[in-house]
Order: sequence, then structure tokens, then C-alpha cells
Amino acid sequence: MGRLAKTWLGVGYAFLYLPIFTLVIFSFNESRMPTVWTGLSLRWYSAIANDSEIVSAVLVSLKIALASASTAIVLGTLAAFSISRYRRFSGRTAFIAHINAPLVVPEVITGLSLLLFFVAVENLFGGVSLRGMLAIWIGHTTICTAYATVVIQARLSEVDRSVEEAAMDLGCRPFQVFYLIILPSISQALASAWLLTFTISLDDVVSTSFLSAPGSTTLPVLIFSRARLGLDPTVNAVATITVVLVGIGVTVASLLLVRQERRRAAAQAAAYREATLAAAAH
Amino acid sequence: MNTPASCSLPEAPVPGAEAAAGPLARLMAFLRARRWGRKSVIGIPYVFLVLFFSLPFLVVLKISVSEADGVQFKDIFEFSDGTLLMRLHLSNYQFLATDPLYLRTYAWSVCYAAINTVICLFIGYPFAYFMTKARPSLRPILVMLVSLPFWTSYLLRIYAWKGLLDDHGVINNLLVWLQLVDEPLKMMYTPYSMMIGMVYTYLPFMILPLYGTLVKADPRLLEAAGDLGTTPWKAFWLVTVPLSKAGIIAGSMLVFIPSVGEYVIPELLGGPQTLMIARVLWDEYFQNVDWPMASAVAVTMIGLILVPLVFFNRYQSGVQGAGADDEPHAAGGAA
Repeated sequence: MGRLAKTWLGVGYAFLYLPIFTLVIFSFNESRMPTVWTGLSLRWYSAIANDSEIVSAVLVSLKIALASASTAIVLGTLAAFSISRYRRFSGRTAFIAHINAPLVVPEVITGLSLLLFFVAVENLFGGVSLRGMLAIWIGHTTICTAYATVVIQARLSEVDRSVEEAAMDLGCRPFQVFYLIILPSISQALASAWLLTFTISLDDVVSTSFLSAPGSTTLPVLIFSRARLGLDPTVNAVATITVVLVGIGVTVASLLLVRQERRRAAAQAAAYREATLAAAAH
Repeated sequence: MNTPASCSLPEAPVPGAEAAAGPLARLMAFLRARRWGRKSVIGIPYVFLVLFFSLPFLVVLKISVSEADGVQFKDIFEFSDGTLLMRLHLSNYQFLATDPLYLRTYAWSVCYAAINTVICLFIGYPFAYFMTKARPSLRPILVMLVSLPFWTSYLLRIYAWKGLLDDHGVINNLLVWLQLVDEPLKMMYTPYSMMIGMVYTYLPFMILPLYGTLVKADPRLLEAAGDLGTTPWKAFWLVTVPLSKAGIIAGSMLVFIPSVGEYVIPELLGGPQTLMIARVLWDEYFQNVDWPMASAVAVTMIGLILVPLVFFNRYQSGVQGAGADDEPHAAGGAA
């Protein structure tokens, strides 16, 4: 690599990581002004622990993210399976358009339309409020399903179809084929899809703001309202905690995936070896 | 080859076995004969998305042409004296099309998104190109480092720029301390601070698809160009750039489309003068509580992103097989 290449990459990566580093560093700042360094302190971390607004927002966010990610990978698996395995069905193009649309439609529109839809349903059935956790869960699930489908479909299209066909020739029912053959081979993609959609849901602010009701304030909505008012050192502390958690999560997940991949490769190699030995013995 | 056909093969009912197997098995056989498994695999996600994505948009479309009647809306259909009347209230659209402030907001949204795309391309193309020049063992780490910020909160990363660009922010404090400037530069709440945030957020969306196409380019083509007497600079423009066309287009779409509808970045980093259309929609809904107007803005916004999307789809159907590479989240998810 030339000098220009190294400089360009160096400056580029610095640009990508500079904001994250300053957030983390200034979370340990003593001053109320989060940009003037006055001394090392953990006061903002204890401030979070005593901030009931933040604590309850974290709980709401985690609940919604868990529910949305789990629903989204079920729907995403079904959708990805439909697209990659059912080559021909009426409305396939419209189906694919429906799956991809949430990826390109701006979130202000997704949020607004879902909200107005819920209001219309509320008016129709008279006064039951649907806004709040339920609405946010549904809103996040539509967006997350799109992302989950992309990730799972990418893996499904790589899976060797001949194994499925062999299983069916041996009398497996379609559900058994799915359960015994397809599910194990896409498990990694399911894990990364779950992690991705979990973080998307945990991070969503725009559509959530439309759909939330008093009592269902999520962490991003709370952070957004504080960030709009100005700089707030507790936000830095929250940021640092998420960065650390995400860092641990991504590292553990990738280590697990690497180990699983290695184990699978080893098992496969052993099976091939046995098969060749058996063939040689004959 | 066809799965459903071969699926139903081993299930050919054995005569007599059905009756003996009991009602549950009979039910299963009935469902299988009607291919209910397949129907529900397609149907469940489809119904969910129609119900919670398309239908709500139709509600928006309806409200955008309705007249507000207190907190309710007047029905657009009216039936009296044997005639069905449809009353489409188009005044919102009329207003959007004639009000100079709205027109300017639309123009600026497209403009900011275009500037963002050009800057991302200018920074991202060399970046992706230099990534492919790194040692092969180093490349996965470089890719992971680009996609890693995806995993940390986007809102918090935008907020971080507030602390950096503020009048008394980290950058200004540094500049004053180094005595490069006498008084703090006004960076925050200007179009510049918003552009920095936009480029920062969308740069990875440009880099990843570009890297994806550049790394696949055959280096022998460049060698051949060199053997034929082309200078490296000319070979870059004549060989490398045309080969990465799919990546340039995919990356530009991935930056442009979400930038047009961006709300959080202009709200947190832009000033009161930096108008973006999503911000207008937000204010119409949350501040003016004008639902029909907010809906009309939403409908026109769809039109705004539909134009580049149609071009992109036409290009993609022209290039067979390029479709799998255009999602950055596949790369993000694989990391």
C-alpha cells in the first residue's frame, strides 16, 4: 500500500470512529458541560442508576426489541423461504415488493401511516387505545422483517438444494426437510438476523415517536428528546454503556459463530473421511 | 427440480390407510392435499405486511384527500338520491404545489441528498479501492471495521457530532487552544454541520457495495491494459471504474434514497433554516396537528423517492444477478 492509500484509510477510519471515542471519553468527565474536561468522574453513571426515567425506558426498549426481533425472524424466515423456494406463485412480484418496501420508504412515512391506521381502527371499534407497546412492536416488526428476510434469503440461496431433494427422496415430509435440513444450515444467518433486527429495534427513534403513548417511552425516544434540548452528560454515559455492551455482544457472537463454523467443518470432514474409508473397504 | 412437486410425491395416499389413521391424520392429509403448508408459509408474512404496511398507506392516501371535521374526517364517499358522490379534497396538494416554502423544501431535500451522495462517493470510492489493495488477510478486518458502527446506536453517533461541532465543542476548543482561530467557528446548526452528520452516517453504505464490486474485479485485466501500454492512471479510468459501475449505482442509491427522507440528522445537527421534507412532515403532525397536510406531504414524499427507484430497478433488471449485492445489511449482518 502506498502512502496515499494508508493516509486515506487512516483518516477515513478516524472519521468513522472519532465521534464514538469522544462520547466515551467525555462520559467520564466531571463537568456538567460535556465538552470541557475538568476531571475524571463516574458521577454520570451513578446519575443514570438514579434516573428512573432512563431505567424504565431501557426496560421498555429491551422488551420491544426482544419481541420485534423474535417475531421478525419468524416472519423473515417464512418470507425468505417463499421467495427462494417457491419460484412460481401468483403475486410473487407484489410479495417481494412488500418485503422490500420498508427498506426504502422513509421512516417518517412508515410511522405516520401506521399511526393513522391505528387511529382509524380505534375509531372503528370505539375508544380502545392501541398506541403504545403493541403499536411499537408491530411497527418495528414490519421494518425488522424486511432486514431479516434479506439476511436469511442470502443464506438460503447458498444452501445446497440437492441435500433437500435427497431427504425428500428418502421420504421426508416438507416440514421435516425444513426442520432437519434447512434450519440447521441457516442457523447462523438466523442468529445474525436476530442480532441485527434486535439492534435496529433498540435504536429506532422516528417511527417509535409516532407510535408511542405515555408510559411506553423507549430509550432512543428519551435520548432524542434530551439531545434536542442540548448536550447532556448522562447521554454520554448511556452511550458508553451501549458501546461496551455492543462491543461485547459482537465479539462473543462472532467468536461463537467462528467456533460453530469450525466444528461443522470438522464434522463434515470426518463424515467425508468415513465415507471414503467405507467406500475403500468395499 | 421443483420443490412443491417433489414434496407431494411421497405423500401419495395409500388406499385404506387414511381411514385407519384417525381424524387427526385425515385432517393433515386434507391440509396437505390443499397445500396449506405452502399457502401459510407465503400467507403469514404477506398478510402481516399488507395489514400493517400497505393498508396504513391507503389510510394516509385517504386522509390526504379528506376534509378535517374536528377530530374526525368527513367521508369521501357520499350516497344520496341514488348517486354515489366521491368528494376528493385536493386543497392540500394544491397548497403543496404552489407554496414557495414547500417547493423550496422539496428542492433542498433532493439537493442535500444529492450533495451527500457525491461527497460519499468522492470519499468512499478511494476508500473502498484502497481497501482492496490491502493484504488479503487484512481485508475482512477492514470490512468489519467499516460495518461495526452499524451496530452502535445511530442516534448516539449523531448526538456525538453535536458535542464535537458545538460553539464550545471539542473541535472549537482544540482550535482555540492551538490558537488557529481567535474565536470559536460557527459550525453547529448550519447546513455544514448537517452535511457532516449525513456523510458520516451514510459513508459505510457507499463503501461496502463499492468494495464488493471492486474486490471481484479481475486484476489480470489491469495487467493486460498495462501490457498494451496504458498508464496506470488511464487504466484505472478505463478498466477499474467501468467494472465497478454496479457498485457505484448501488452505493449511490443506498445513500440517496434514505437521505431524502432523513429526519434525525437535520433535526439534531441542522439549523432552523436547513429545511428537509421529513422535518416538515413531522412538524405538520406533531406541532400543527394537521393530519391531512402531513398525509399529503407523505404521499408526495413517496413520489420523490419513487423516481430514482424506478431508474434503479430498470438498471438492475438490465444487469442480471447483480441484485444480490445491493443490500449493505447483508454485509452488516454477516459481520
